[in-house]
Amino acid sequence: MSSFWNIWVWVLTLGTLVGCYILLRWCLKNFAGVKEGESMGHTFDGIEELNNPLPKWWSTFFLLTIVWAFVYIAMYGLGNWTGLLGWKSSNQGIMNIAESKAKTAEYLAKDSGVLVQYDREVAAANAKFGPIFEAYAARSIEDLATDSEALKVGQRLFIQNCAQCHGSDAHGTTGFPNLADKDWLYGGTPEAIKESIMNGRKASGMMAWEGALGGEQGVKEVAAYVISLSGRSVDPELAKAGQAKFAMCAACHGPDGQGSLALGLPLGAPNLTDNIWLYGGSKRAIEESIRNGRAGVMPPWSDILGEEKVHVISAYVYSLSQD
Amino acid sequence: MKNSHEKVEKHVGWFFLATVFAISIGGLVEITPLFFQKETTVPVDNLKPYTALQMEGRDIYIREGCSNCHSQMIRPFRAETERYGHYSVAGEHVWEHPFLWGSKRTGPDLARVGGRYSDDWHIAHLTDPRSVVPESNMPAYNWLNTNTLDGELTKSKLEAFNWLTRNRSHKDEQGNAIPLYTQAEIDGAKDAVKGKTEMEALVAYLQSLGHALK
Repeated sequence: MSSFWNIWVWVLTLGTLVGCYILLRWCLKNFAGVKEGESMGHTFDGIEELNNPLPKWWSTFFLLTIVWAFVYIAMYGLGNWTGLLGWKSSNQGIMNIAESKAKTAEYLAKDSGVLVQYDREVAAANAKFGPIFEAYAARSIEDLATDSEALKVGQRLFIQNCAQCHGSDAHGTTGFPNLADKDWLYGGTPEAIKESIMNGRKASGMMAWEGALGGEQGVKEVAAYVISLSGRSVDPELAKAGQAKFAMCAACHGPDGQGSLALGLPLGAPNLTDNIWLYGGSKRAIEESIRNGRAGVMPPWSDILGEEKVHVISAYVYSLSQD
Repeated sequence: MKNSHEKVEKHVGWFFLATVFAISIGGLVEITPLFFQKETTVPVDNLKPYTALQMEGRDIYIREGCSNCHSQMIRPFRAETERYGHYSVAGEHVWEHPFLWGSKRTGPDLARVGGRYSDDWHIAHLTDPRSVVPESNMPAYNWLNTNTLDGELTKSKLEAFNWLTRNRSHKDEQGNAIPLYTQAEIDGAKDAVKGKTEMEALVAYLQSLGHALK
């Protein structure tokens, strides 16, 4: 704060406090020329005004609030002065995250007489929870997945950060994968799960096929063939025509529709033969997927949660599909 | 001095002036200096102007009253930063007219919601919140899927924001102000949003939130 605004704040604040005190003193004096408790010679509706002073309890409390204001200023400061406690809620005026981290590190490194409430709160929490997460991070995900305490931590983090899409039971919903079954788009190994959470996944994106398939008839044919892959009965004529066109789908879903994971490719193209349907398994939903395409996105969490927490969440997710 | 307080008690004009004087002091001390502080007038390094589509999305956010239930202000408490990310700083909001900090959290804070969920999730959630979050009590906004933007006012909105932020924009190396929007962006604003659904605009806005402090 420039010295002008610093003076502005000081003068107005102290001026107000002094002004309040003077006003109080002035109001306590008897200027009416009438003795205390006697009539002011003014009645209204039979009610007579007496010259009573301000109640003692009231004027005493008023005075105490003024005293309290000075105590408060002395402790928490005013303008550019930080006060005797040297307290502030957080580092302000930062221009980027790096600057924020540097200020916190600087604050924690040496005792400058300033008390940054937020930094202290975080440092205390890190001292308490840091070692727990550090110990978890040192263990493998398979190992953590057998530790019921670690899984409780993982579940809580999951419910807070992941349940919005995958559901609080991790069974997913239309468009958001079920994490509790053995069907994976990008792999169900501990490493693959952690990678999916850390850096997110962006499906290569299934394009809209209606045009390439020669319109609605082509969509119906391929849909029939895709439905037949998981052993459901369809019009054999349609399915046969669809099979001929499936070559276009095979690039991502594989020649037998086993999905990109079976091909060892990180495309996120689902297995079409297992009767598990990310976007719905009805004829209509499958036709819709083929007609207009699909593209799922898993956001990256490394910046938001940090690796140690992701490690514990990975263990929780991994545990869900282990019997 | 006899009964001189009657002057203000019996003349409403004087009483009005005395009241205005008394209640203005708090504002003069606590608000006025903020208009002139670096913290509240200089944008953070990575602050980017809304694109035309995000700007339209922001107006839908205002129209639908999202800020009645969602704040955009992460306070510097660990309990909040654990859930939402780094606490909000003033420099992230210097281009907000009006700011949308909100004052009530029936739903979660949205200051850093951008990038947290996929576009598909936002569309599913805004269309039918309970399809993804069964315990949610947020209303459904399914009409956003069918209402389209005509973009008639988009150009004026960008121009207005150039004017509103004229003293608070980023500066180039010579210290000259860089306006938020170039003339080309203003001229192309209508085409950038025309025909897009309100859903697309609102999701674009939500995905833009919170990336400034990097």
